[in-house]
Amino acid sequence: MRCAVIVFPGSNCDSDLYKAVNSFEGVDAEYVWYTTENLDAFDLILLPGGFAYGDYLRAGALAARTPVLKALIRAAERGVRVIGICNGFQVLTECGLLPGALQRNSGLHFICDTPLIEVVQDQSSFTSRYQQGELIRLPIAHGEGNYICDELTLRHLQAENRIVFRYASGSNPNGSVDKIAGILNSKGNVLGMMPHPERAMADWMGSSDGRRLFESALNLFPETADAA
Amino acid sequence: MKGIITVVLKQDILDPQGRAVMNSLQGLGYDEVQGVRIGKSIEIELNGISPDEADARLRKMCESILVNPVIEDYHLEIIED
Repeated sequence: MRCAVIVFPGSNCDSDLYKAVNSFEGVDAEYVWYTTENLDAFDLILLPGGFAYGDYLRAGALAARTPVLKALIRAAERGVRVIGICNGFQVLTECGLLPGALQRNSGLHFICDTPLIEVVQDQSSFTSRYQQGELIRLPIAHGEGNYICDELTLRHLQAENRIVFRYASGSNPNGSVDKIAGILNSKGNVLGMMPHPERAMADWMGSSDGRRLFESALNLFPETADAA
Repeated sequence: MKGIITVVLKQDILDPQGRAVMNSLQGLGYDEVQGVRIGKSIEIELNGISPDEADARLRKMCESILVNPVIEDYHLEIIED
């Protein structure tokens, strides 16, 4: 399994993400600079959090127009799995792979917290190791995570089971439409999410609930393997 | 020649920044303030093309990167030297 961690000038969660996926046996993570034009070698592509290009113009806007994004869009069209986390989610909406946009948090503040997140569906390529309705803890750290889309898009997301994560227990820290914390593209191979699973990989980090997201995306099913 | 692009949030998009500024203005006694919307202005210097071409090229720039049509509208003005 080869895993690309895309690095833009201004990315800052790239090494967390690299270490998170490299912690699994049989997974080879690689940093890939934003000028790269070919991602054919990779089974999973990760867009890290941070402030690519200093969030100039709009968060994710300049990163979404780099050479590596053209290659990423081609890979996504071939069905390769892509995960964009935080700033990576913003890049995915800016390049058009995911619908909607991420706006300034409704309370205007940068939020740093570890809220409860509901796993809305467990049928996706990224959530097969969770249970539907399960509440997990994943850190969030963003100033622009307020997901917005038009009414028609929202109805599609709901009807097609493409809302994967929601802020749970009555909280909606950034004001997102329908408490959305993570969504899929229509083919189901591209996930964008504001919470940081790579910061929840072990109990000493405060939560290990992020591990199963990568296990799902990488088709690692340790319990099944043990049983066999 | 100069293109001036004014980017504003769409009317139905909440502008928390505008709301905070409105509250501050009202706090300063400007009771007549009924709404504030905050946008941005982008000035682009152009050379070697006609105003008509400039208009078309600037609109393309807006559509391809400068404006996010999901949340933003824009207004374009061209100022000839």
